[in-house]
Amino acid sequence: MKVSRRQVLKLGVTASAALLPLPAFSQGVASRVVVVGGGFAGASCARALRQVSPRIAVTLVEANATFTACPFSNAVIGGLRAIEAQQFTYDRVGADGIVVARATATAVDAQARSVTLADGARLPYDRLVLAPGIDIRWGALPGYDEPAAAQMPHAWRAGEQTLRLRRQLEAMDDGGLVVISAPANPFRCPPGPYERASLIAHYLKTKKPKSKLLVLDAKDAFSKQRLFQAAWAELYPGLLEWVPLSRGGAVTSVEASTRTLVTDFGRHQAKVANVIPPQKAGRIADAVGVADRSGWCPIDPVTFESKLQPRIHVIGDAAIAGAMPKSAFAANSQAKTCAAAVATLLTGGTPSAPKLINTCYSLVAPDYGISVAGVYQPSPSGQLADVPGAGGVSPADAPRATRAAEAMLAEAWFRTITGEVFG
Amino acid sequence: MGRTLAAAIGIASIAAAAVASAEPPAGAASCSGCHPASTRVISPVPRLTGMDRAAMVRAMRDFRSGQRAGTVMDRIAKGFTDDEIQAIAAWYASQK
Repeated sequence: MKVSRRQVLKLGVTASAALLPLPAFSQGVASRVVVVGGGFAGASCARALRQVSPRIAVTLVEANATFTACPFSNAVIGGLRAIEAQQFTYDRVGADGIVVARATATAVDAQARSVTLADGARLPYDRLVLAPGIDIRWGALPGYDEPAAAQMPHAWRAGEQTLRLRRQLEAMDDGGLVVISAPANPFRCPPGPYERASLIAHYLKTKKPKSKLLVLDAKDAFSKQRLFQAAWAELYPGLLEWVPLSRGGAVTSVEASTRTLVTDFGRHQAKVANVIPPQKAGRIADAVGVADRSGWCPIDPVTFESKLQPRIHVIGDAAIAGAMPKSAFAANSQAKTCAAAVATLLTGGTPSAPKLINTCYSLVAPDYGISVAGVYQPSPSGQLADVPGAGGVSPADAPRATRAAEAMLAEAWFRTITGEVFG
Repeated sequence: MGRTLAAAIGIASIAAAAVASAEPPAGAASCSGCHPASTRVISPVPRLTGMDRAAMVRAMRDFRSGQRAGTVMDRIAKGFTDDEIQAIAAWYASQK
């Protein structure tokens, strides 16, 4: 089945991108790349492809008209920021000459090289980039299903869930127990649960100081741990308690109707419960066959091409990127690297080994920021590995002025990355 | 003197290769996560596009050695060799 003109118009796809014959590049006309997913990874990649080569016709498939960013959404939950500050449209992406198809991709025919959309339309491609982000692994935590997420929000995909958690905190009486359940690795945004704990603690300290925050963790160690714990001891003593795996922190089931979290050591009935559940690559990854048994997608560290399906690249949170964390910065960095590699592959070239960077800021309080940075390169074993001697976290003994500077730089980073990707 | 000339020729050839290729040199694509490439973005973090090559090489080396204090650049610069720094600086200097 080909895309009919009617279907194309229905999608808002302008006629140029979808209907070119194969193999386009050998005829000296544009080759076609379809990018599925319009988050930090997908939107970055679509724009980078246009920049690298105007001869590549790029279609971005994204179901939502508005993107709601996860970085800084913990500040929304903590009452420090409006959700509107997190929201971006695809107007500028479209203005770059990228065809933005408002649709859900449901399947991929890797043999015929086409993406099937929910309405049955097909988009042919020479190379496909999947940037589906995460999905919640419903059922992995007994009792935590989609209805339960209304009672005990995960708020791990920003938007309505973010506002739901914020409203529950606002509605809670002073003196209530707030519980966060943090998952085992790997998951989106490794420092995220701890930044969230910090900013909820900040909200409670300033608005509801008799309350308590308990973080039940399925791990014994986490990102920027020493920095977070030192800041918690300084800023939120007696308010925020972290319970690691080895002290019974792993939540084994939840009971949504009573907002109860069950561990091997006891039951915690919360007034507000934020369950950050186990995750996997976004839904399309399974359907396409690019996810392995872990639920995530193994990739080549030079090109981000799937190790399971040819001509399909996977970037961002869905990918198994070795030492690189699942962060917006990493997604953007991978997207640009992948775009350059795809452009090189489309002209018959061999992409050279990349180096990638990640920088992640976390807020412990509005004027207290900390960071982790890393530099990565393909290792002989075919993984993205840390470049030895590089990277690391903010100094443990830094003065408050440095923390304030990092909080300011965190905001500057968000403005820059969202401006680069959506502006 | 001879070494400087050889280095300069090396840089020129790297720069020419970088301009001709679709691919920026290793590491360069990641910078715009913090250093805005778009002129529409206002940030205290400096733009690298069109930056003087020698100034960028000096900055990266000083961050790497600890001679210049950084918040994150001291940690990031340690991940790059002299050759990589030269290639990145030449590529950014050549960008408009």
